[in-house]
Amino acid sequence: MSLFLLVALPFFGALLPGIMNSAGRSACAGVTFTVSLAAFVGLLTNLPAILAGQTVMARIDWMPELGLNFTLMLDGLGFFFALLILGIGMLIIVYGRNYLSREDNMGEFFTYLLLFQGAMVGIVMSDNILLLLVFWELTSLASFLLIGYWKHLAEGRQGARMALTVTGMGGLSMIGGMLILGQIVGSYDLSVILQNREAIQADPMFLPALILILLGCFTKSAQFPFHFWLPHAMAAPTPVSAYLHSATMVKAGIFLMARMWPVFSGTPEWFYLVTSAGLITMVLGAVIALFKHDLKSLLAFSTVSHLGLITMLLGTGTAFGALAAVFHILNHATFKAALFMSAGIVDHEAHTRDIRRLGGLRHLMPVTFTIATVAALSMAGIPLLNGFLSKEMMLEEAHHTVLFGSHWLVPVMATVGSLFSAAYCFRFIGHTFLGPVRDDYPHKPHDPNAGMWLPPALLAVLVVVIGVAPFLVQDFVFLVAKAVMGDAAVLKTKYIKIWHGLTPALYMSLIAVFGGLAVLMLFKPLSKIWETTPRPEAKVIFEAMIAAFVRLSQVLTHPLHNGSFTRYAMIGVIAMIAAGYHAYATGTVAAPVRAIQSAGPVPIAGWAMLVAATCGLVIMHRQRLLALILIGIVGLMVSVGFVYLSAPDLAMTQFTVEVVTIILLLLALNFLPNQTPVESTTLRRTRDAVVSVAAGLATFGLAYHYLLRDFIDPSISEFHLANSYKGGGGTNVVNVILVDFRGFDTFGEIIVLGIAALLIYALTEALLNGPVRRRLLNRVPDQPRSGDMHPMMMVVVTRVIMPVVLLVGFYIFLRGHNEPGGGFIAGLIVSIAVVMQYMASGFSWASARLKYPYHGVIGAGVLVAGLTGIGSWFVGKPFLTSDFTYVRIPPFYKFELATAALFDLGVFLAVVGAVMLSLESFSRLARRADSAENEHPMDIDPSRAVSAEGSTDMKEGN
Amino acid sequence: MTSADGLFEIALIIALIALAAGQILSMARLVIGPTVADRILALDTMVINALGLIVVLGIYQGVKVYFEVALLVAMLGFVSTVALARFILRGDIIE
Repeated sequence: MSLFLLVALPFFGALLPGIMNSAGRSACAGVTFTVSLAAFVGLLTNLPAILAGQTVMARIDWMPELGLNFTLMLDGLGFFFALLILGIGMLIIVYGRNYLSREDNMGEFFTYLLLFQGAMVGIVMSDNILLLLVFWELTSLASFLLIGYWKHLAEGRQGARMALTVTGMGGLSMIGGMLILGQIVGSYDLSVILQNREAIQADPMFLPALILILLGCFTKSAQFPFHFWLPHAMAAPTPVSAYLHSATMVKAGIFLMARMWPVFSGTPEWFYLVTSAGLITMVLGAVIALFKHDLKSLLAFSTVSHLGLITMLLGTGTAFGALAAVFHILNHATFKAALFMSAGIVDHEAHTRDIRRLGGLRHLMPVTFTIATVAALSMAGIPLLNGFLSKEMMLEEAHHTVLFGSHWLVPVMATVGSLFSAAYCFRFIGHTFLGPVRDDYPHKPHDPNAGMWLPPALLAVLVVVIGVAPFLVQDFVFLVAKAVMGDAAVLKTKYIKIWHGLTPALYMSLIAVFGGLAVLMLFKPLSKIWETTPRPEAKVIFEAMIAAFVRLSQVLTHPLHNGSFTRYAMIGVIAMIAAGYHAYATGTVAAPVRAIQSAGPVPIAGWAMLVAATCGLVIMHRQRLLALILIGIVGLMVSVGFVYLSAPDLAMTQFTVEVVTIILLLLALNFLPNQTPVESTTLRRTRDAVVSVAAGLATFGLAYHYLLRDFIDPSISEFHLANSYKGGGGTNVVNVILVDFRGFDTFGEIIVLGIAALLIYALTEALLNGPVRRRLLNRVPDQPRSGDMHPMMMVVVTRVIMPVVLLVGFYIFLRGHNEPGGGFIAGLIVSIAVVMQYMASGFSWASARLKYPYHGVIGAGVLVAGLTGIGSWFVGKPFLTSDFTYVRIPPFYKFELATAALFDLGVFLAVVGAVMLSLESFSRLARRADSAENEHPMDIDPSRAVSAEGSTDMKEGN
Repeated sequence: MTSADGLFEIALIIALIALAAGQILSMARLVIGPTVADRILALDTMVINALGLIVVLGIYQGVKVYFEVALLVAMLGFVSTVALARFILRGDIIE
């Protein structure tokens, strides 16, 4: 199967569980399983090539200018991880089907799970490090959704946030590291980077790159000091813990260290950083795990410890270390996923996972007991189970590792870590399953159905098979280890064996196991000491840090961003005046080249009215309705001014916008007092007056300056005028600029317009469903209502004029490309025609006759515009390239067809939808349950009165 | 320039000045009030006057497109007046 399909399959499959949700829980899980299975089989089709030592590559150029290409690579290492991700994924899906209760939304869960699966597969198969980063962030996001899946649990939400914060910060630093790495090598392709070991290690930027990338790996793989998020992520449903926090996501950091191993390993920086971090994590995790009473917390810290073990092995930089690391990744995935699932079963059946309340489950849950015991003993490192093999290899490697000049440090620490590891494994078995049966379980435990125990059982079988017959997986492990090392090192070992003879590793192993038993014997007194020792609580520190950062950002932003619009405007205006003055004072000013023209009496009259209306507005702005009327004059005079200055499109737009604005403001004024109260001090108003007068004078100065001079550089208008017809096929330059030259801008603008309208809708909906609703319902009009609700005259006029207005709108739209007009104006005209009907016959009458919701109209507009743009891809042109042709259908005159007109249709629809949606939303606020809902278009209708024989059917207009 | 053309131009200028004067007087009414209804009526008259101004300007400059602007104003100009009137009478303009 193609690598692209392999990565894409889970993402596309993620659409299915949501759809299948209503078909039942089994159907939902079934379809998810099928998706994973398909990807798994697809992966297996690549097995022959991998076994032959080949690397499967696939490549699509995405953004080659940035070095970002969709390049995928499947080698032994990637195959190994993909196998784990998809294989364990399928088991988790089966387990999850039975684990989730009826109250949980299964479609949502499996959607997130598949998204996560896709992102993980993407990480392990990326050849481009930038692409890898994209998938890396996707896993963080998907895991956030999964950890917080039980949204009603505060711990779930907090844990999800913590995980996202920590891994997100790590991802951020990794982006920096990857970019440095790419700069050093000159390519972002992994296959190239891996070939440049010497160049990278010799570069002065090597250390920063290494540290930044390691930060990403350590946060993801929960290495000290970032280990604290993993236990808190245990608030997730157990299938998530078993999948993300044992087998896959936390291994992503390990994967990346293994991937980068050929480039980084062998340097002292790598050795000291990675080995010591791994060693500390291993010991610390094991010690904490022993004293945890929550089964999942215990397992979480044990995961931390084992990840530390693998990290340490990778850090040593030897071929044997890499081999042991790969083998332990495999073994850990098998036994830890099985353990998590067993813990989930216990929690599911006994309704608690507190070890202190458990015990004696051996007789009640024999199947679970067997599975958990096999897995836990393997984790403890008991022979004939797979954990023993890799742990012994680790101890062997530790025995040869010299850290900080000491031969003793690493072996002793490794032994201590293993000792505590064995101790908590024994505690997991002993305190949960062994001992006497109790009678105070929160719920009577028994073995679950097969769907729940089969997946961990399968893993337990693997644990035993690999433990007894390691030669079965030996070749594969060697292959993966070779893929890790590349050309950087050569393996000397030939076999993975159970019996190596009486080696130091065996003695260390023996000390660990018997020491572990001894520690468990002394658990009670040790636990007491542990409880009384003060130790830092990671969550408290984390929350305190977050709170400190929030305070810091508040200190920084609040003085700047206090919500006062006057203040922002003042700062902006003063800055602009200052910059303008600076330019004027320091630059040279050319002499005027144009003469001042005289104005006739009529323009002067218009100008005087404009000034008078504006001044009146400033003086009387507290009378809200009066201010609105004055704004009407300003709009009107500006429209006439546009006509006078030969800009008819602007005049049309200005005028229609004016009408819509007045309607919108009137709808809003309905909820506002008639007068604006005085809220600011005289001093402040004086300050504002000074600033605004200065701004006005500066604008005047600028306009005066420009009107007397030509531009220094030739203006872009020349280009537009010259190319409008040639390139865009239209003679209306304004329209061609909008739909062709700057089509992409327009596309963005209609999207913004649509979003704004949807937001207005969302806000009013929220108001209507919130506490404000009561106040809206109890609102008493501040003045008596008079006149008809829906006067007949108005109804008749608006009905008669409607088709005329629509025709004019249609005409203006069609003509837009060559003469003044276009989709925007046409959209406004049509909206006004529709609003007229609302005003005449009322909200409910008009809404009842509405066929298409305005949201849909907006969406259709954006879609039409977008599809028009995409259409040019099919002829190999960039997005939104326009084309036009002339068509002649006899007997008509030939006419022009331009793709830009289709784009304009999108603009038209978006404008209609946005205007209507915002008006309708405002109007919806005024709807009250008690107001008479009208089914008739008008209150007094003679025809109805006649048909009803003068009955009292007529509605009173009160 | 023939005398007819000259006469025509003079007529247009007179029309323009008359319309402008009407516009100024309407504006005065708008400012004086005294009731809101007076003001709305004044605004409506101003729309009509503006319509006339645009038409005369179109004839004067010989540009056809201005008539379309005039058409729009004539067709939709009443909408804001109606909305304002409804607001005074009913408070809610869409009910």
